Amino acid sequence: MGQIEWAMWANEQALASGLILITGGIVATAGRFTQWYFGAYSIVAGVFVCLLEYPRGRRRKGATMERCGQKCMTTVVKLFGPLTRNYYIRAVLHLLLSVPAGFLLATILGTVCLAIASVIYLLAAIRGEQWMPIEPRPTERPQVGGTIKQPPSNPPPRPPAEARKKPSEEEAAAAATGVGGGAQVNPIPVTDEVV
Amino acid sequence: MGNWVVNHWLAVLCLVAWLGLNVFLFVHAFLKYEKDDKYYYTREILGTALAVARASAFCLNFNSMLILIPVCRNLLSFLRGSFCSRTLRKSLDHNLTFHKLVAYMICIFTAIHIIAHLFNFERYSRSHHVTTITLASVLSSLHHDKEGGFWLNPIQSPDMTVLYVTFTTIAGLSGVIITIALILMVTSSMEFIRRHYFELFWYTHHLFIIYMVCLWIHGLGGIVRGQTEKSMNESHPHKCAQSFEKWDDHDPDCKEPQFEGHPPESWKWTLAPVALYIFERFLRFYRSQQKVVITKVVMHPSKVLELQMKKHGFSMEVGQYIFVKCPSISFLEWHPFTLTSAPEEDFFSIHIRAAGDWTENLIRVFEQQNSLIPRIEVDGPFGTASEDVFQYEVAVLVGAGIGVTPFASILKSIWFKLQHSDHKLKTQKAGHAALNFDKATDILTGLKQKTFFGRPMWDNEFSTIATTHPKSVVGVFLCGPLTLAKSLRKCCHRYSSLDPRKVQFYFNQENF
Repeated sequence: MGQIEWAMWANEQALASGLILITGGIVATAGRFTQWYFGAYSIVAGVFVCLLEYPRGRRRKGATMERCGQKCMTTVVKLFGPLTRNYYIRAVLHLLLSVPAGFLLATILGTVCLAIASVIYLLAAIRGEQWMPIEPRPTERPQVGGTIKQPPSNPPPRPPAEARKKPSEEEAAAAATGVGGGAQVNPIPVTDEVV
Repeated sequence: MGNWVVNHWLAVLCLVAWLGLNVFLFVHAFLKYEKDDKYYYTREILGTALAVARASAFCLNFNSMLILIPVCRNLLSFLRGSFCSRTLRKSLDHNLTFHKLVAYMICIFTAIHIIAHLFNFERYSRSHHVTTITLASVLSSLHHDKEGGFWLNPIQSPDMTVLYVTFTTIAGLSGVIITIALILMVTSSMEFIRRHYFELFWYTHHLFIIYMVCLWIHGLGGIVRGQTEKSMNESHPHKCAQSFEKWDDHDPDCKEPQFEGHPPESWKWTLAPVALYIFERFLRFYRSQQKVVITKVVMHPSKVLELQMKKHGFSMEVGQYIFVKCPSISFLEWHPFTLTSAPEEDFFSIHIRAAGDWTENLIRVFEQQNSLIPRIEVDGPFGTASEDVFQYEVAVLVGAGIGVTPFASILKSIWFKLQHSDHKLKTQKAGHAALNFDKATDILTGLKQKTFFGRPMWDNEFSTIATTHPKSVVGVFLCGPLTLAKSLRKCCHRYSSLDPRKVQFYFNQENF
């Protein structure tokens, strides 16, 4: 579990919580439940959380899959600098946002989910994780046939022994059968039949 | 479009049947609670939200029953072996897709169920706070001061809030817990988390145990109530509903109606699949306890480890995979690997690439070359599409990166079969495209030059095959990324002839 970036899960959880807050809020407001104004708050808080959490942060190693259309929000979130980069601030923010929604049954699920997201963000912050924006990379367009690199400079059949450590038949045999393992020894010789 | 239907008709049929059953069960339960006289008085307070909540609960029971079955891989492997038809076998490849579809349906019905119950609770609460005497308010205040539990409204008094009732009843509390477990399972099984942080997904997904337990106890409180049989015989709602103001006048014709809940039913739906799944996990454990002997360890370039092993009673088919556990690295984790050896060999082997925590630790442990080889546990083998390779006259095997592993097994097996002149072998021709990315050495052949250059132009390849084998059934097998799957699937559909006697391409994909 050493390489887990908790912030990634916290991000998914917070996004889901935002949607749940919005849904609960709409139900409470549309149904004019008792104390429905908490529902109205919940919708606003849910929208804010969704906007904040929509741009996915960059993974520490490897490429990160962007969410569809997140470039616009990434620029906005990046503007706030340390406020959005730091996960301690996010943990506290989510915890505070979740409290008012806890007074209404329709939105209490959103509260619990956002509080859980807050705890996971706290864990991420303790482990030193940070939100880093996904920077756009120039996309290479592979042309048809363009992926073909320079042709082999020394194609088979190759001269035996001189420049090589293994005899050429065994290499040709290995190439023909496509067998796994570099040191595969075939019990009987195999030849490549070109059709 | 025609080709797609020909290839996928069974999957489509199953999907339509499943959706149809969901619709049928929903409508059936909805009509029961919307029309039945037993719930006449309940509907008086709650309206249509009662029927919506109960109908969605019915569908939730149905889908909770289905969700565990696609992940019983031993059972599916057994079924796979007993199916003769290629189409039936292919349909078992989609077990994980079906599991996800059922999960999405559970999420949708959970949302409907919760929203309906929110309205129900709100209406129960409001019926205590009306200013005039209505049928609803009279019903709500019935029987709370007496013993016997004949009440209708679970909110016992006007002072009780819905929040209080939610967290002090079994139904409410278990409902909250079950939903939180479901949400945590869903967020941790998003594709992004699964691909990069698999252990997080695997461990969090065990919350399904809490889901099942809470589902069973969810109906224990008997909060959804209908009129008792006895009460309906004495004071039928059609007769007595209008005269609700006179109920406490001890009128012999119309007494106060009495209500009862009904016992929980979720356990009836889910008991069998849970038992099946427990048996499946026990079987996995039992198979894993059998001794595995490591006969050879090979470190390949590009950090690929090959392990050759023997296990008593182990028998495999081509392209199958096993789950491997190494208790000294992690006590609980099982990881899947395709078998790279052929069934004809007297050992079985896997090739492992360093792709995360567990694999890197495993490679490091074997690199140390101590005399102490760590113990390995094996569960399997389990079957996937590659078993079908020999059923096709022409097989096209496409492997990308480490995805070449299942095809190593197949090619070796073909070689052995040809050596022993196996007449049952339908395969006359096997073409193998191995795509390597940025490696200085070809991992399979050990050559310094790559076996093939650049990306194949699939259209050219497929049209060549279609022209050379105009009357054959061609199986295209892929173990690789989704984008490649999309282009190959498109080519299969494009180059398959609509005439079933001419060339047909069947696309098969490995998925983990």
